[in-house]
Amino acid sequence: MSGLSRHSVLPGFGLSLGYTLVYLSLIVLLPLAAVFAKTMSLSFVEFWAIVTEPRVLASYRLSFGTSLLAALINTVFGLLLAWALVRYSFPGKKLVDALVDLPFALPTAVAGIALTALYAPNGWLGQFIQGDLGIKVAFTPLGILVALVFIGLPFVVRTVQPILEDLDSEFEEAAASLGASRWQTIRYVVLPVLLPALLTGFALAFARAVGEYGSVIFIAGNIPMVSEITPLMIITKLEQYNYAGATAIAVVMLLLSFLMLLLVNGLQAWTARRTGRNR
Amino acid sequence: MNAVVASLPGGRTSSQTRFERNSATAEQSWVRAVVLTLALVFFGLFLLLPLIAVFVEALRKGLEVYWTALADADALAAVRLTLLTALIALPLNLVFGVAAAWAIARFEFRGKHLLLTLIDLPFSVSPVIVGLMYVLLFGAHGWFGSWLAEHDIRIIFAVPGIVLATVFVTFPFVARELIPLMQAQGKEEEEAAVVLGARGWQVFWYVTLPNIKWGLLYGVILCNARAMGEFGAVSVVSGHIRGLTNTMPLHVEILYNEYNFAAAFAVASLLALLALLTLVIKTWVEHRTHTSGHRH
Amino acid sequence: MSIQVRNLQKRFGDFTALANVSLDFPAGELVALLGPSGCGKTTLLRIIAGLEQADSGQVLLEGADASDTHVRERQVGFVFQHYALFRHMTVFDNVAFGLRMRPRSTRPDEATIRRKVMELLELVQLAWLADRFPAQLSGGQRQRIALARALAVEPRVLLLDEPFGALDAQVRKELRRWLRKLHDELHITSIFVTHDQEEALEVADRVVLMDHGKVEQVGSPEQVYNQPATPFVYGFLGSVNRIHGQFDAGHVRVGDDRLPHSPASHNDIRHGSDVQAFVRPHELDIVTDTDSRAGIAARVDRVLRFGSSARVELDGVDSLSGQRFEVELPDSRLYALDLQAGQNVRLLPTRLAVFESNPGLPGGKTA
Repeated sequence: MSGLSRHSVLPGFGLSLGYTLVYLSLIVLLPLAAVFAKTMSLSFVEFWAIVTEPRVLASYRLSFGTSLLAALINTVFGLLLAWALVRYSFPGKKLVDALVDLPFALPTAVAGIALTALYAPNGWLGQFIQGDLGIKVAFTPLGILVALVFIGLPFVVRTVQPILEDLDSEFEEAAASLGASRWQTIRYVVLPVLLPALLTGFALAFARAVGEYGSVIFIAGNIPMVSEITPLMIITKLEQYNYAGATAIAVVMLLLSFLMLLLVNGLQAWTARRTGRNR
Repeated sequence: MNAVVASLPGGRTSSQTRFERNSATAEQSWVRAVVLTLALVFFGLFLLLPLIAVFVEALRKGLEVYWTALADADALAAVRLTLLTALIALPLNLVFGVAAAWAIARFEFRGKHLLLTLIDLPFSVSPVIVGLMYVLLFGAHGWFGSWLAEHDIRIIFAVPGIVLATVFVTFPFVARELIPLMQAQGKEEEEAAVVLGARGWQVFWYVTLPNIKWGLLYGVILCNARAMGEFGAVSVVSGHIRGLTNTMPLHVEILYNEYNFAAAFAVASLLALLALLTLVIKTWVEHRTHTSGHRH
Repeated sequence: MSIQVRNLQKRFGDFTALANVSLDFPAGELVALLGPSGCGKTTLLRIIAGLEQADSGQVLLEGADASDTHVRERQVGFVFQHYALFRHMTVFDNVAFGLRMRPRSTRPDEATIRRKVMELLELVQLAWLADRFPAQLSGGQRQRIALARALAVEPRVLLLDEPFGALDAQVRKELRRWLRKLHDELHITSIFVTHDQEEALEVADRVVLMDHGKVEQVGSPEQVYNQPATPFVYGFLGSVNRIHGQFDAGHVRVGDDRLPHSPASHNDIRHGSDVQAFVRPHELDIVTDTDSRAGIAARVDRVLRFGSSARVELDGVDSLSGQRFEVELPDSRLYALDLQAGQNVRLLPTRLAVFESNPGLPGGKTA
């Protein structure tokens, strides 16, 4: 098989691929190139100075830390939710199933102000959490965590759910007939099958959380060194017309995103190789 | 009769009852109760409550305030701009999605995997960076900045910038839905059509399109939701000029920052309704493809 | 170990999967549960395993009621139709699974597990595949690994659900013979479910025929094939000609024709009632003398001359028009008859099995 399949009887290969490539280049690749080209105007020392400013470093710690934690929370509860949706019957299940995608459909700004209304000191939940427990949620890193849990919630549920649905009851029956307890069956038979999906969901939720802006800025409080996320640092630099600075931070984030993307792709390829062929 | 027989043991009933009723695959009832409680509390706290909060806060000051907020000239302008943006971004990404899916799912060529990865790329770029990219290209100090200024064309802090940013963030939606669908369907039907004498567009119109219409709708719905709701990317390139370059999400932000909460939530409730409508259509399409479509 | 089931009932919604089934499975035998899909055979197997609960009735393992024993404690080996091998585990880990899941107090050490697993892999002749993953095996190999995995926990009973169902014809035949040999070595009480009569008759010591949730006949392969107890069994095993008629002393009336039968074996059938008569193709002879009043009239449609015996396909005439007959003749007999397509002949059964059309419904009442 040589590279191009000219001998296919179907028409439109040149047209469709050509259009795809041109459009992709104009909309995605050219703008991305602009970012990397812009950083070239900085010397490495300048670049390094910008991306390691204390305020920027604090923002990495915050962004990556809260994103990691949010993705972990979503992995655990996403698995529970997926399990309940696939394995249990309960009233209102269809509604729950449909609403799981809400964070994909609800504009982030709306989510941001809604969560703030809930968790602000005088908010629906905030007044109890702060009044009774003495914990401040909104305008602290904890508030950022809440927002990131919200926007990352569907990822784990939606990657795990189809795998769980396709998992035939035979495997668990086999484990039980071989004497395994229910917990052993889940631990040694079900979870290993779900693991790649869990990891993929985790990585997707994490990647989304790191770049998230709209839902976070309302609830974050944006206090320098405390609750400023990295995307906000880019905005701040931009507002000071410091394009080079904004770009430098953007490059750091982009590189990390691409790394995550590679990781997810690798994970999916690994899963397909390992278990993709049917039984 | 056959239908009954076919839907039988080992229990090809709906999956959850199949597992719940089978002692070999059912958890003890207290485990089930704990899992359900945790899952549903989590759901209620993080999904349901924020959604309810939007509507309650929107109506807190009464219907009159609600209507006034929506009928405000700036709010209406924001609605118009949001619709316009979606109306431009959708067809662009729709055509791209179909073209990309046709090339990728129907032909073999080198670099296909790279292309697939590149199509997914916009999903992993922070919205703020998207805005930054276009500022770097078309802003006053950008690559094309001086040329644009000479010809008196405004992109950044104007509608074109908003559209471009929206096109970028919604870029993969349709393609991503169609590619796996068309790959799963295979190209036999199209080849049969060609053998029967159909020409290029006839093949697409009479064979391909009917097969992918639900996937197409699905992608368009998701694309639309994101297009109308995008905040970060649009915020960077818009300039926040009231009545001119404010989309609905940006208008929500402005009202909120002015402590005009009732009005902010009123506009937000429109966006929330749009999200709910999106979910309804999405669920409906999923239902349709599950019951009637199911072609492999 | 012996297995008995007593009065098992199981319904799925409106569908009766098992209607009061009682059976004995003696220790050490290899029994086939045979029937069309939906007859309840798989449900029965799953109830015996404890994977499904009966609505009522009992499962006795070695005389002790096991109805409330969880599948985990029943010590049954179950081989699933699609093998259900754990795809993230190697062949070795799959076979070792049952041993490793034991409570710490009874769990063998790794060395013992290793020895035992390798023994089993030797037994199924696949020791060289120990480090492979299930996805890398052929269907027949997976089947044997699934069997080794089930045997690893030293089950008291071996249950196999359509063990050869997912294999292609050649592998199927080999594995059948292999399973029979394995059973002769191990002598573990085994039950397997199949819808393939050839498989059941060739492999099993004893065949249980089921239809619509009921047991139709239990017997050795010879018994069920040569002396079918019910019309269903006649129709299900081998090919057969079915003729409707009325019962009379000494013969069955079919239109104007009469077919003789041996009255002694049918003394419970009332005279005048509607009956179905069954004749195997090789139990029919063809007479070219159409003046004879013996047997029933038919017209030759096709003569198929291949194989060790020839087959003749015929159409019924007069009151039997529309019915097809099939006759199997030795080549020599066919040669002597010199049949032509379209020729009118008479069919003469050498043996006739007769069953009432509506047994248990006196006065011909319908339900």
